[in-house]
Amino acid sequence: MEGKQDVAEGSEALTSPYVLEYTYRRSLGPVVGRFLTGLREGRIEGVRTASGRVLVPPTEYDPESGAAVGDFVSVGVSGVVQTWSWVSEPRKGQPLDRPFAWALIKLDGADTALLHAVDAPSADAMRSGMRVTVRWRAERVGSIHDIACFVPGDEVQAAEPVAPAEPVRRMKSPVHMDFTIGAGRTLSRFLEGVVQGKLLGRRCPTCAKVYVPPKGACPTCGVPFADEVVVSDTGTVTSFCIVNVPFEGQTMKLPYTYGSVLLDGADIPILHLISGIPADEVRMGLRVKAEWLPEGERQPTLASIRWFAPTGEADAPYESYAEHQ
Amino acid sequence: MKTRCAVIGVGQTKHAAKRDDLSLAGLVREAALRALEDAGLGWADIDAVVIGKAPDFFEGVMMPESFLADALGAVGKPMMRVHTAGSVGGSTAIVAAHLVESGVHERVLTVAFEKQSESDAMWALSPKYPFVPPLVAGAGGFFAPIIRSYMRRSGAPVDVGAVVAVKDRLNALKNPYAHLHMADISLEKVKASPMLWDPIRYLETCPSSDGACAMVLASEAAAKRAPNAPAWVRGTSVRSEPAQFAGRNQVNPRAGVECAADVYAQAGITKPREQVDVAEIYVPFSWFEPMWLENLGFADEGQGWRMTLDGVTALGGALPINPSGGVLSTNPIGASGMIRFAEAAQQVRGRAGEHQVAGARTAVGHAYGGASQFFAMWVVSSASA
Ligand SMILES: [Zn+2]
Repeated sequence: MEGKQDVAEGSEALTSPYVLEYTYRRSLGPVVGRFLTGLREGRIEGVRTASGRVLVPPTEYDPESGAAVGDFVSVGVSGVVQTWSWVSEPRKGQPLDRPFAWALIKLDGADTALLHAVDAPSADAMRSGMRVTVRWRAERVGSIHDIACFVPGDEVQAAEPVAPAEPVRRMKSPVHMDFTIGAGRTLSRFLEGVVQGKLLGRRCPTCAKVYVPPKGACPTCGVPFADEVVVSDTGTVTSFCIVNVPFEGQTMKLPYTYGSVLLDGADIPILHLISGIPADEVRMGLRVKAEWLPEGERQPTLASIRWFAPTGEADAPYESYAEHQ
Repeated sequence: MKTRCAVIGVGQTKHAAKRDDLSLAGLVREAALRALEDAGLGWADIDAVVIGKAPDFFEGVMMPESFLADALGAVGKPMMRVHTAGSVGGSTAIVAAHLVESGVHERVLTVAFEKQSESDAMWALSPKYPFVPPLVAGAGGFFAPIIRSYMRRSGAPVDVGAVVAVKDRLNALKNPYAHLHMADISLEKVKASPMLWDPIRYLETCPSSDGACAMVLASEAAAKRAPNAPAWVRGTSVRSEPAQFAGRNQVNPRAGVECAADVYAQAGITKPREQVDVAEIYVPFSWFEPMWLENLGFADEGQGWRMTLDGVTALGGALPINPSGGVLSTNPIGASGMIRFAEAAQQVRGRAGEHQVAGARTAVGHAYGGASQFFAMWVVSSASA
């Protein structure tokens, strides 16, 4: 999809790779915590429900009755494959780096199945009803990955002992998603202008308001924008914030000031950095002008404007921007 | 409307920075069990479950309505999830109320939660995004310029925010479920706390909390069999507006004004300041108390701060605001709106405990979310009509 031509507008719709990732910290609660503590110690535990079923992996509440469960029972390390799916090209983060099967495995003594990997030589070696047995990881930490995988057959391999430790209470849960973000043709056109040092707004044919950056349609009238309008790179600070607190993903040196800047000729302010002035002298009504990166360094992003700096003009009267905060 | 709807059970967790003793399932369960106990009911008595939480990034759980069904006794029952950003706790309760009022279900369990300790709200609200410079630092960074605009427009003295911060933390001392219990809070302490997002100081911001809130809503027939006094739902309203448009009034958003007007009309309220006995409104940063007093019609535009400084909004004042301690003392984001709705209900049921407003008969619950663009409100009363 990258670099896709937008024939309708004759201009290129910009795309960008985008990675969204984070490592969540889960509190496990008493039931899943005990299950993972068991895995660390080389033991698989399930829970027995009021109706006598043994759930492995355990759930905190009985899916049949909603009652809390608490009767823990150990089950076997071998069991029967209920069904399976072959993975011919394993992906990063999966249990094995060679082709393997995902399988639902009902362990001996359990009434429900556990999802895990079976290390089989090929898909031909897999079938529903086959018996498989746990292969433990040597270094176990209290995670489902303490089970390295299952292997065909009944040959039990003892888990190597691990040093005693506190019961497992939490786990890390990393997520990672790869996206390709499209800017869309309206924003792409605006960003092309930014590379050329121009701010291109668009005017609503109904209410005549000028939006910069433009949107596809007017948010109040619901009609597509019409004329393109060149908006000044000089404007008025309508309000601002001085940031003194760091946050994840933040790249600016603290403290920094950003403000709503109502560009001359626009009807909606943009947010940008305010610089070239001590933070405690930034004020509402301050007149500022864009400080552009040199032409060769500009990218299709508003970061091509380094910041807005004071023009030295007299402050704009409050009435001129009161409606644009 | 086929039947009137009443709150017959309310439950909250003990809110805290980190409820490491509980999984997400255990967290919602704690609140739900308390609501059922208050209503004198068991899981089997519930017809449907409506659950709400704020953005999925907050815990990275994409379908809580499936994941949490076992914990909420919802297997084999209708269960749905509501999502309207920070206002979700309110809109979730409203969806549940409509299921009762329409006659579809007789008793609905509604639950909202957030377990903020599992991630980082600043990250979840301000992820770096292509084509856009990373400027805005979380919710505080977003709302700081709006608060500055309010201060300029209203001419309010600079310490109004600190007065709210102290009042709500003192109220929280009377609420055993509140996250923050700051016995030594004072104006001096608030003013000496670090300036995070100028003009917002650290002690003028809400905490990050783990917590859940649950309510059992019932039809008129079911409410008459409830062991404890019901809170009758007299009006519900939801409104929204775009985050950005030319001439948008971010300080006093039109969607909020219209949401309030609608819910008052349903409840027969013409003079909210006189007819409402107590309100629980969504104040995550202290200055939002005077801002919302104006937006919700309790004060004229530019005058809300006078009510705060005159002590009108204090416990014991003519219109106590957030006697529970509010969002400034407890903020499990997705649950925060439902806590407002539930605390309003507890006031008119006479079950608010130490922070009870004497003789409260009519109360307002309010929530907002997004860029001050999603609003949810209800009016509850001790009388059914
Ligand atoms: Zn328009």
